[in-house]
Amino acid sequence: MKQHILPAIKLTLLCVVIFCGAYSLLILGIAQAAPNKGEGQTITINGKIKGYALEGQSFTQDTYFNGRPSAAGYNAAGSSGSNKGPSNPDYLKEVQNRVDSFLVHNPSVQKGNIPSELVTASGSGLDPDISVEGAMVQSARIAKTRNLSEEKIKALVTQQIQKPLLGLLGTVKINVLQLNIELDKLK
Amino acid sequence: MNTEIFGVALMFLLTVLLAIPLGRYMGKVYSGHKTWLDGLLNPLDKLFFKAGGIKPEKEMNWKQHLVALLTINFVWFLFSMLVLMMQGSLPLNPDANPSMTADLAFNTSVSFISNTNLQHYSGESGVSYLGQLILMLFQFISAAAGMAACVVVFTAMKEKTTDKLGNFYNFFIKSLTRILLPISIVVAVILAFNGTPMTFKGKDQFISMQGDTVNVSRGPAAAMVAIKQLGTNGGGFFGANSAHPLENPSYFTNIIEDVCIILIPIAMIFTLGYIIRRKRFAWMVFGIMTIGFLLFVIPSIYLEMKGNPAITQMGIAQNLGSMEGKEVRFGSAASAYWGITTTVTSNGSVNAMHDSFTPLTGMFCLLGMMVNSFYGGVGVGFLNFYIFIIIAVFISGLMVGRTPEFMGKKIEAKEMKIAAIIALLHPFLILVGTALASYLFSHNPTAYASWLNNPGNHGFSEMLYEYTSSSANNGSGFEGLGDNTQWWNISCGIIMLLARFLPIIGPVAIAGILANKKYVPETAGTLKTDTGTFGIMIFAVIFIIAALSFFPALSLGPIAEYFGLHQ
Repeated sequence: MKQHILPAIKLTLLCVVIFCGAYSLLILGIAQAAPNKGEGQTITINGKIKGYALEGQSFTQDTYFNGRPSAAGYNAAGSSGSNKGPSNPDYLKEVQNRVDSFLVHNPSVQKGNIPSELVTASGSGLDPDISVEGAMVQSARIAKTRNLSEEKIKALVTQQIQKPLLGLLGTVKINVLQLNIELDKLK
Repeated sequence: MNTEIFGVALMFLLTVLLAIPLGRYMGKVYSGHKTWLDGLLNPLDKLFFKAGGIKPEKEMNWKQHLVALLTINFVWFLFSMLVLMMQGSLPLNPDANPSMTADLAFNTSVSFISNTNLQHYSGESGVSYLGQLILMLFQFISAAAGMAACVVVFTAMKEKTTDKLGNFYNFFIKSLTRILLPISIVVAVILAFNGTPMTFKGKDQFISMQGDTVNVSRGPAAAMVAIKQLGTNGGGFFGANSAHPLENPSYFTNIIEDVCIILIPIAMIFTLGYIIRRKRFAWMVFGIMTIGFLLFVIPSIYLEMKGNPAITQMGIAQNLGSMEGKEVRFGSAASAYWGITTTVTSNGSVNAMHDSFTPLTGMFCLLGMMVNSFYGGVGVGFLNFYIFIIIAVFISGLMVGRTPEFMGKKIEAKEMKIAAIIALLHPFLILVGTALASYLFSHNPTAYASWLNNPGNHGFSEMLYEYTSSSANNGSGFEGLGDNTQWWNISCGIIMLLARFLPIIGPVAIAGILANKKYVPETAGTLKTDTGTFGIMIFAVIFIIAALSFFPALSLGPIAEYFGLHQ
């Protein structure tokens, strides 16, 4: 044991220098060439930061497309999911309440057309996306509250669809923040 | 074909295609053969050898290997306790996060030196940037220690009689400089360019479109996420781990991160084939592990894509599958695939909340950790598998009436005793831990009400999962469990410690003892260990020991919940 303790301490110290120090600084250095110098991509409108491009933010008003329910309240400094089990009765009641509330705000929508991601909480509490159906079912409400034609809103949604990676891999989705920014530009 | 299914199929294919050449490369590194990175990295290795006063050509026997391994781990433990309990007043703490309490620091230190990365804190608020960097250091060195131990066993499996099994520090340092560091750099750079932050600035603040004030956690995440995926560590930078949009920004980064989870564990099998020069044997091991993996992953993907039956009953469209705890950019197929890759290896990072998986997917995650050797953690996965091989050799030897021999070495009572103890340790730790916690909870449900986030069978699953994850050195959780309490911090800490080091000591000891025995060349009467028949035998041993001993516990948790949902 004695003959191993000195090498162990020395190796550990060198590892601190190499991995905490050199490796981190190397990545930090390279990241200076990444979008926004590795500090997180922001979206700026009229010189003011309106959000982080990758992170969802809370949209609860009827005039905006609403994102997914969040167990963290879209707190970007305290991400978390609900961690509710699939059979938990309180949880199922909560989902039912979200469904009822959605139907009140969107009276023209049939219950069977509500996609599940609009009534279930995301994993991070910061999910930036919803599905195409998730945006389409809200278009009648948006059209009414903004006095625009529903066709125009649906055309905007269609234009905002993000295809799967290379057209082959993964999900089809819509970024809610992007969609709402474009929505504000519609006249 | 459905793009979600196509995505996961491609991920698996890509991993195997990358793992085969990587395994060969790693074999060369450990054997001291020439590789194309030599020119670049020889100086770095020399720096390590010189600084540590290490003579890499000085070979050790299996006992010396273990002493070296345990000593350095002990140093790491003390160092980690010191930093975590003082981080509040140390530099690199722009968000002014507090120091850890003693029990939380104990849990976190054990968790990171044991390659578990169970986190009873939340990354954004529980640890400073200095703390994150030190934890990242452990993600490198704990992975390398596991790989080094595994290479000791590989070396011992060669066809000769010897007690010289290479130099521990040499294996350890080369795992760091030749394997983990270069791949981590590549992955970290890819992540940084795809949106994962890499900065030492503290929280940012902005006013959202709706007028809310939002604080945004950032930090040197890209560097840490790379090694946490690669070294089967799993401890995330942010609380939500790889479900967080900054930690895992897109489907593309999800592919990269998920490939990293099982890349080295699979490559390690081919390294074995290279070092002992038995490719057929390596392919047999790969085949068994892959069959086991597919048996877990295929039903999980199916079940998650099908959705939660309780929500179907409400009349809601579940075209995307069960979405509670999942992110739209990954979808349910890639979330289920990740759930299984992260639990069959001892990674434990998550891109969806496992607590919210449908019951049987939760069970397959549990089974992945209970078996803990369908690929398994970097290095230690094969060590677990080695125990099952020894038992299978012994049982098949008895069945056909031949002396049990493995790689030309006789397996006798001493080795079998060690193997049996190690094989039973894992169920013992998990079931005793869960039984004690259940006892405490059921005798005083009001005092421990904050433990469980879900009632009934699912609440039981939360406790079972926590101990399974600790004992498998996995680190994922049914995170609904209120686990930052003295009971959970200390009990999980002790289990992680025992479950890390005993299953390293056991196989290294067996391999060391066997290496010292007389080599008996293969004859027509020798049991062939590289055939499909023997593969089935190993599979049966794994099924009996790992799966059946947990069946009663599983039927109280996920299985009962499944039938409750499908009344």
